[in-house]
Amino acid sequence: MVTYAALEIPEDGKLAHNITHFARALRKAGLPIGPGRILDTIRAVEAAGFTRREDFYHTLHACLVSRPEHARIFAEVFRLFWRDPQFLEHLMSLIIPQVKGLQDDRPAAPAERRAAEALLDGVAPPPSKAAEAGEEITIDATATQSAEERLRTLDFELMSAAEMAEAKRMLAKLSLPVKPLITRRTRASTHGSGIDLRRTLRQSLRHGGEITSLARKTPVARWPNLIVLCDISGSMADYSRMVLHFVHAVANRKGQGWARVHAFTFGTRLTNITRHLRTRDVDAALNAAGAQAQDWAGGTRIGTSLRSFNRDWSRRVLGQGAVVLLITDGLDRDDGGALATEIERLHLSCRRLIWLNPLLRWTGFTPKAAGIRAMLPHVDSFRAGHSIASLEALGAAISSPGDGGEKARLMVLLGKQAAPCPWL
Amino acid sequence: MARQEDPLTAIPQSIDAVEALLAGQGYVSSRALATVVFLSLKLGRPLFLEGEAGVGKTEIAKTLATALGRRLIRLQCYEGLDAASAVAEWNFAAQMIAIRTAEATGAGDRDALKTELFTEEYLIERPLLAAMRPQPGGAPVLLIDEIDRTDEPFEAFLLEALSDFQVTIPELGTIRAPVPPIVILTSNRTREVHDALKRRCLYHWVDYPAFGRELAILNARVPEAQAALSREVVAFVQALRREDLFKRPGVAETIDWARCLLALDVVALSPEVIADTLGAILKFQDDIQKLQGLETTRLLDAVRRETAA
Repeated sequence: MVTYAALEIPEDGKLAHNITHFARALRKAGLPIGPGRILDTIRAVEAAGFTRREDFYHTLHACLVSRPEHARIFAEVFRLFWRDPQFLEHLMSLIIPQVKGLQDDRPAAPAERRAAEALLDGVAPPPSKAAEAGEEITIDATATQSAEERLRTLDFELMSAAEMAEAKRMLAKLSLPVKPLITRRTRASTHGSGIDLRRTLRQSLRHGGEITSLARKTPVARWPNLIVLCDISGSMADYSRMVLHFVHAVANRKGQGWARVHAFTFGTRLTNITRHLRTRDVDAALNAAGAQAQDWAGGTRIGTSLRSFNRDWSRRVLGQGAVVLLITDGLDRDDGGALATEIERLHLSCRRLIWLNPLLRWTGFTPKAAGIRAMLPHVDSFRAGHSIASLEALGAAISSPGDGGEKARLMVLLGKQAAPCPWL
Repeated sequence: MARQEDPLTAIPQSIDAVEALLAGQGYVSSRALATVVFLSLKLGRPLFLEGEAGVGKTEIAKTLATALGRRLIRLQCYEGLDAASAVAEWNFAAQMIAIRTAEATGAGDRDALKTELFTEEYLIERPLLAAMRPQPGGAPVLLIDEIDRTDEPFEAFLLEALSDFQVTIPELGTIRAPVPPIVILTSNRTREVHDALKRRCLYHWVDYPAFGRELAILNARVPEAQAALSREVVAFVQALRREDLFKRPGVAETIDWARCLLALDVVALSPEVIADTLGAILKFQDDIQKLQGLETTRLLDAVRRETAA
């Protein structure tokens, strides 16, 4: 019988430390992980055991990830952290393609760049020779984009104090043409319609069980959520800054007719900028939003963008009676058929669809463009403004009295129209 | 938190044991899900399952309850759910009768009435409170279904119940669970659940299964189907999930469709059969229209080529 030498189990095991470092790297990459969760993770690893790599992965995943979009980042950071003693070189090679090291030549996966930056955390990669020679290095670690989009990140001018004051004034007067929603919750009230039996009985105890008066309750009303879909294509280029400023102001001032605000921009594709609008500072928010949306000043494909919104986002954000505010001029490159079905579906999924057309000039306007004709029957309220160049005018356009705005008048005009002009 | 339990209904001691336990009830789970279930049982933390409709989130709670021999207590969430419907409600009618009776018989001592009216005798228990009571056979499985349908005030209310496993009734006091229940929350992601609630739970996103696992699920749930038909059904649904549909079919739809085909005595798939039974897998008219006619034939041919290969 072979006898094995006694295994030396080290006293100062580093697994707990490594798990802590790993969690800190994830925190740098954007996952919200506090110290309590790190403790829970260590306890979970203790309970689950440390035999199979797969089980270790799933254990850490269960404790540290709480949103499906973080799963990819987690996978990348896990792969880089728990495998390679030379992981630093590999990280460098992801950031700078020249430093190849031991990495094979392959395009980086979408989350790898963020993971690599999170793990490097301040260690600056060495300057490459090409940069010293003055060339421009473009490192594209994200998925490729279609040829029609123009990759431009938009630089916004800084907001002046006067503009911010104007935004506050406009918001104070703004009111969406939406009524508050009645919920099923009730609260105590002196003259509500329902009878609050619990309070009645408790009050009756003061009189020895004699019910002398009935306590009442009334339903609680809440504001619906607001979804803003902004067109940022070329035709809206002059207004995009002002419109995004408006959306940011709206997102940070709740209780004016909306509860939560989700914001999306679309041109040739749909981008979710809600996260960036949570920054209180307007400039930072617009910079972040401008950097993330990659299709500024291109063509407009309203139908395709609405289709991706309906498919990917409508079930997630339109859940509890949301109001959708669509800010677009209605000029569409695609054919009108897809647009009509998509806007109909959007209309059926949300509580109220308000279309704001900031480019409309009034005198003699008749809806001739195919996009406008397709969209108009399916919106609840149509607002237009004479060349809106200021936030105030934008706010005034939305809150002008009259529930349907100009829709009724334009529908009558649509009815009188012959076939749409094919060149529009 | 330690659990003292009857050995017959003891929790499994390893991830493999959890997989075997679930497979014994006909639920084929992924390794990730088995890991999370094991951790949740071992550490006593609630389990938060998120995913598309029809992937088996509610099913695992039922399976776990049957496998461990525990009572399943289900709280179905809806908007406006409040403490009265979730924890406990007073039986007002009985209380008022008690008051009237005391008056009529003249035995109305004011203090005695006060203490008597708000006792457990007049309390109607709702799921959350029922889960905190001791049950024969061990701690119950509390399934809080579709938590994304409620609103934020209810989530805030749940935080106390889920972190300390206790509920407070103002007139009675705090009621603590002697043995913490096994809590499973499910969500369809129609609303983002607040991070404070997710933090207290172990999170898992339940995804659509791969071909092998879905075939195993179908064999476990619909064993009377022939092997060839099962393979074709699973391959077709997997191909459908790669299409651009509004709502992709889930595992529950696969099982339903297999049962429909069995009821129609179908031996192999054909475009006519698919067109007749499409309502079992696709529930949106836009998706059904997209799959009319030639599309079905094309998909079926592609599926046949793949299964032959």
